[in-house]
Amino acid sequence: MSHIEAPDPKPRHRPSRGPRTEMPARPAEERARDFDEVNLGYSEEQAIAEAERCLQCKNATCIEGCPVNIDIKSFIGHIINREYAEGVAVLKERNALPAVCGRVCPQEEQCEASCVLGKKGEPVAIGRLERWLGDFDLACDLEGRCKPEVGEDTGFKVAVVGSGPAGLACAGELRRFGHAVTVFESLHALGGVLTYGIPEFRLPKSIVQAEIEMLAIMGVEFVKDIVVGATYTVDELMTEQGYDAVFVGNGAGLPVFLGIPGENLNGVYSANEFLTRVNLMKGYEFPKADTPVWRGRKVAVIGGGNVAMDAARTAKRLGAEEVFLVYRRSEEEMPARREEVHHAREEGIEFKMLCSPSEVVGKDGWATGLVTTRMELGEPDDSGRRAPVCVMDSEFTIDCDTVIVAVGTRANPLLPKTTPDLELTSRGYIVANDHGATSKPGVFAGGDIVTGSATVILAMGAGKRSAQAIDRWLAGTSR
Amino acid sequence: MFPVVYKRQLSESVFEMGVEAPAIAHKAKAGQFLMLRVDENGERIPLTFSDWSAEEGWIRFIFMRVGKTTHKLSHLEVGDSLADVVGPLGVPTHVEDLGRVAVVGGGVGAAVAYPVARAMAAAGNEVTVILGARNEELLILEDEFKALSLKELIVCTDDGSAGRKDLVTAPLKELCAAGALDHAMAIGPVIMMKFCSATTKEYSVPTTVSLNPIMVDGTGMCGACRVSIDGETKFGCVDGPDFDGHAVDFEELMSRQRVYVDDERLADAEYSRECRCHT
Ligand SMILES: Cc1cc2nc3c(=O)[nH]c(=O)nc-3n(C[C@H](O)[C@H](O)[C@H](O)COP(=O)(O)OP(=O)(O)OC[C@H]3O[C@@H](n4cnc5c(N)ncnc54)[C@H](O)[C@@H]3O)c2cc1C
Ligand SMILES: Cc1cc2nc3c(=O)[nH]c(=O)nc-3n(C[C@H](O)[C@H](O)[C@H](O)COP(=O)(O)OP(=O)(O)OC[C@H]3O[C@@H](n4cnc5c(N)ncnc54)[C@H](O)[C@@H]3O)c2cc1C
Ligand code: FES
Repeated sequence: MSHIEAPDPKPRHRPSRGPRTEMPARPAEERARDFDEVNLGYSEEQAIAEAERCLQCKNATCIEGCPVNIDIKSFIGHIINREYAEGVAVLKERNALPAVCGRVCPQEEQCEASCVLGKKGEPVAIGRLERWLGDFDLACDLEGRCKPEVGEDTGFKVAVVGSGPAGLACAGELRRFGHAVTVFESLHALGGVLTYGIPEFRLPKSIVQAEIEMLAIMGVEFVKDIVVGATYTVDELMTEQGYDAVFVGNGAGLPVFLGIPGENLNGVYSANEFLTRVNLMKGYEFPKADTPVWRGRKVAVIGGGNVAMDAARTAKRLGAEEVFLVYRRSEEEMPARREEVHHAREEGIEFKMLCSPSEVVGKDGWATGLVTTRMELGEPDDSGRRAPVCVMDSEFTIDCDTVIVAVGTRANPLLPKTTPDLELTSRGYIVANDHGATSKPGVFAGGDIVTGSATVILAMGAGKRSAQAIDRWLAGTSR
Repeated sequence: MFPVVYKRQLSESVFEMGVEAPAIAHKAKAGQFLMLRVDENGERIPLTFSDWSAEEGWIRFIFMRVGKTTHKLSHLEVGDSLADVVGPLGVPTHVEDLGRVAVVGGGVGAAVAYPVARAMAAAGNEVTVILGARNEELLILEDEFKALSLKELIVCTDDGSAGRKDLVTAPLKELCAAGALDHAMAIGPVIMMKFCSATTKEYSVPTTVSLNPIMVDGTGMCGACRVSIDGETKFGCVDGPDFDGHAVDFEELMSRQRVYVDDERLADAEYSRECRCHT
């Protein structure tokens, strides 16, 4: 990467008054036909220009807006001063995967929502700057990359279950303390949702792989094809396998269906199955890759979150002529990242808001349509959002040969079933305190398996906090 | 990587293969299955354990060559390796002394029936095995079944080339009618399990079937394997594969198994052309 020299001597920072710097993206017509990344990221000039908008506030409220309290002011300051490696180090202090989070965090609800500039105009594009620094790090050769220091060997061994963001963050942090770490993953690929869920066009898998390689260089051992709860139980890890503590970060991967008639017709998928076939099994390369995926011509995706957006945009890329996004509430209530909603629209996804599906109809075993009822917004409900209520006699059918259900996931009971002394919530999630400690001594948990489906950054934060708690717990145990 | 340590051809298109996988061998139980990938771009497919040895650290499975993945698998030899093997998955077959039990194995289902019959006999049941195949050539594991302590082994072929010229449902019905059965287990093609269940239902003989829906992960993550049991959706990989045969919606299962028929044919045809083998 070419370096633009900082003017010397360093002047006092004088914020620019320029508008928020747009991030280049590939044109919708082009990108909706392939799986390459949509966003192109800032150039160095653009990153500097955006960084210079930052007021470098004395009391930087953005830091509180970040779930893991990254020192945003400082890393942006480093960009302004062209001290990129230092900027990366600031990010990595709190966030092991900046290139990932820069791409997938809902910044508009977090750091950028707390940016002072946002009160009157547009906030600093913190996420885009994080992404830029993360990519800067990944573009360096191995020597030049930011490599967190590994602690001196403590002799303790910790097992991490699951290689999603929670597990990865926990593993990295444990190495910093000098504990030996083995990550057990049930699938044949590492990364959790980052690999099997979020599509290539939004998060290139090479980025996830590069971050995992860095962890391997730090000494984290990865073992794939191990289902904890089946191949080994948690107890066996702690006895026969000799691990001193276990971190459970197995996510909330069990797909929820609506329970409406016709849901088992051919052509009806959970978003998990659809995205897994495409991302993990490379179904888009069938028959070069062996796993087929049903390529619908008219696709209805049910849901309004990131998962629904990803499924809809993936269907489009597989060649669907029409893709409908069917959501019970209105667009404002959609939990998806704003950018994804914007991109989905640009790519021609048709939004059917305030529509509630009631049945999948079919012929000869195959889906042919989705029956939906129109809704209107009523009084606010528990979540503070206005609750949708049915409009009488407003039923209509959306013609489609594929229905993708993206209405959420739940905890997978596989692991807890074989770990009887692990306390669960009534909905099957693992009960853990702020530091990840569960009801079972030596067993910690974090990420979606504790909170229910949440975000990458929250899962990473939980993994890291658990690692710190595990370190304290190990210090208190005699060997 | 999981090295192949054993291979045996049981018939024109049925093979038994052994793989070194100590952790899985340690845990395997009758009725459970594994997911495997042959190579890097491979599909994940489920196969049931036919045998295993915790001491020696291997597992075995018997598979019929029906499409691209099983075709590729049939080309592996001792010394080659599989990219991935995961397990043991699914709920083990419920093994207890139920009294007089019929275990029906149809086609390659005989491979799945074998460890089940062995476990049921060991648990003290009086076990009658009914083996069915289209013809003698396709009949597998007859000697292995004979070596178990069974009450009786009844062989049926569609063309009478071995044993009785009958469908498996005929002897099953006779046993039911004679009041000689406390439980039936049917493992084989869906259509066979459907008719076995219909047969035993008439006589109210409780019946377990081992379902084989299409799977992707095999751990409860995708829902591809969903089946309707008494109108309720269950996941074949984690709630099964064993279910109450009298409660299964077999029509739906048969329909769902056909989703990818065209794609599968294409993939296998391309592979056959590339590998230039005669099948
Ligand atoms: C399609 C999709 C899009 C998303 N988009 C965004 C987004 O844009 N921004 C955002 O912040 N969040 C997003 N999320 C949510 C985010 O990905 C999750 O909150 C986050 O990945 C949770 O991390 P985790 O480590 O707890 O679990 P996961 O990422 O689910 O990882 C758990 C891992 O554990 C493995 N595992 C499970 N059970 C076992 C077992 N018994 N033994 C061994 N291994 C096991 C799984 O295979 C998996 O690899 C999205 C989620 C999906 C599905
Ligand atoms: C729990 C379970 C246990 C099984 N045990 C055995 C066994 O012991 N021996 C054996 O020969 N077969 C077994 N099967 C069936 C076996 O998995 C399929 O024959 C195999 O997946 C076919 O793959 P293919 O690529 O060779 O054929 P394809 O051409 O891909 O498919 C041929 C047929 O196999 C079925 N099938 C395809 N893909 C899958 C998949 N991913 N999962 C499940 N079924 C699929 C479909 O009905 C399809 O029409 C089992 C299936 C299940 C679900
Ligand atoms: S195979 Fe994916 S849930 Fe059963």
